[in-house]
Amino acid sequence: MPERSPTAPPPSFVWTRRIVLTLLTVFSLLPVYVMLSSSLKPLRDVTGAFRWIPEHLTVRPYVDIWRTIPLGRYFVNSIVVASAATGLSVVVAIFAAYAVSRYRFRGKRVFTITVLSTQMFPGILFLLPLFLLYVGIGNATGIALYGSRGGLILTYLTFSLPFSIWMLVGYFDSIPRGLDEAALVDGCGPLRALFRVIVPASLPGIVAVAIYAFMTAWSEVLFASVMTNDTTRTLAIGLRAYATETDVYWNQVMAASLVVSVPVVAGFLLLQRYLVAGLTAGAVK
Amino acid sequence: MTTTVDRQAPPAGRDSGPGRGRRGLFHIPERVRRGGLPYLLLLPALFFELIVHVIPMVLGVVMSFKELTQLYIRHWWGAPWTGAGNYRVAVRFDAPIGRALLDSFLVTCAFTVLAVGLCWLLGTTAAILMQDRFRGRGVLRAVFLTPYALPLYASVIVWAFMFQHDNGLVNHVLHDQLGVTGKPSFWLIGDNSFFSLLVVSVWRNWPFAFLCVMAGLQNVPRELYEASAIDGAGIWQQIRLITMPSLRSINQVLVLVLFLWTFNDFATPYVLFGRSAPAAGDLISVHIYSASFVTWNFGAGSAMSVLMLLFLSLVTAGYLLVTNRTRRNRA
Repeated sequence: MPERSPTAPPPSFVWTRRIVLTLLTVFSLLPVYVMLSSSLKPLRDVTGAFRWIPEHLTVRPYVDIWRTIPLGRYFVNSIVVASAATGLSVVVAIFAAYAVSRYRFRGKRVFTITVLSTQMFPGILFLLPLFLLYVGIGNATGIALYGSRGGLILTYLTFSLPFSIWMLVGYFDSIPRGLDEAALVDGCGPLRALFRVIVPASLPGIVAVAIYAFMTAWSEVLFASVMTNDTTRTLAIGLRAYATETDVYWNQVMAASLVVSVPVVAGFLLLQRYLVAGLTAGAVK
Repeated sequence: MTTTVDRQAPPAGRDSGPGRGRRGLFHIPERVRRGGLPYLLLLPALFFELIVHVIPMVLGVVMSFKELTQLYIRHWWGAPWTGAGNYRVAVRFDAPIGRALLDSFLVTCAFTVLAVGLCWLLGTTAAILMQDRFRGRGVLRAVFLTPYALPLYASVIVWAFMFQHDNGLVNHVLHDQLGVTGKPSFWLIGDNSFFSLLVVSVWRNWPFAFLCVMAGLQNVPRELYEASAIDGAGIWQQIRLITMPSLRSINQVLVLVLFLWTFNDFATPYVLFGRSAPAAGDLISVHIYSASFVTWNFGAGSAMSVLMLLFLSLVTAGYLLVTNRTRRNRA
């Protein structure tokens, strides 16, 4: 990042910076602190008035939550759905991005614009028809999409597709054409050139796209609330349902929230620098 | 164009080579391969987009003209047509359904304007303050991105706990510790729920503004700052005269994206309020959702969704028109 000036900033600026950034840090981390500290409190300490410093520490909530609600099953569902959606979405995006980056063809602009604009539609608009479509397909062919993990995977893989294609096109464009042209001359087919040359060279971009797709699927609420039943419920819906009941073991809910956050927060911290790089490339274009 | 043709004409004799068996899965007739390969590569993406986005969109519009109530869910294509009936119900503002939709729309507009404004303000301020290197900058960046990295539902559940009446942090601080309120307030029901929703939404989305502005700042040429420093400009002047104007193009996209996300937001109010959102926090997506699934009147729900899409398209088109014109005039 370019530095603003070679001279040190004046005290007024330094103090504004200190105060504003401190306030923002408190604002950002407050829920994280509440989540962590409450997850270590026994039940009687979270039913009374809130305490900043926990008086008694316990790890029981982390053990008990698996029995209070079927958290294990939610976990399996979320992992299966998010992983499958991520894998498929990445493969589909690699093919599409390869076509857009390396070939000229009629309808290329229409394709990219259409795909990107689907990102902007309100989810509620196609929730109802998609629900009926899945029910209809189920009635007509016996393929259970509604209420199954398959339907959810199919839905989620398209959610991350636009961003993934857009980002991968940028990555593929930055790889010199000479590399895959050389492979073609050596007798590779276009697909082998893609998987032997382009994919290995753009691995960071592919990892970033995969993390993004996983996070999208892991956190989705709207479609999961309609498309799942008791056995296919994901973490998002299972936890929400429990947290809005009248008598909630808040310490256990906080423990569960922390557990479900760890995989994606870790992923995001890895992704962060690719994301900034990708956005910068996009902004320059 | 020549290179494109060249790359699609594979060297002769390749298909009889030893590699053929391994490629069997991808074996495509020569004729199709020449012009068709890019389309074949796009096919999976097109297929999925079609099933999940395009066909449902078209169906949604069709459904909005049908009387699609509970009776017809199993055979929805057989539901009777009602013409513009669903739309008439949705916009008859003196009747309960239309009135509720209008209220929800107005709440959503107020919420969106405030949330987008605050997100932009916090994100831009933080990004500009963090433009220079200083100790701890990397750590702070990770801290600020944390709200955005957490799964939405998990963090909204934590906020719901913080907003609890008896055992929440917010009442503990405002009432017990600072004594601002005479008695503990309810944050998740009644009019206060608007502010709770606003706080959660801003907390969640301002890091995105921060991220975008940070990316935009990387493109400001350093020479501009150096030249202005030689001319005697202070840091505040530099921010006003150099930094802010060069953020204009990223702001155009950022504000639009924030607007669309915030306006369409479903998960935040749905997780924060549970089964039924209070009137002050009844965002339009949640409203349409409950209007459709509580009464199973999908026709009316679709009509409301189409109206919402029309509104968003109009605003987006108008916004792009105005901002592009202003940018051209300035240039």
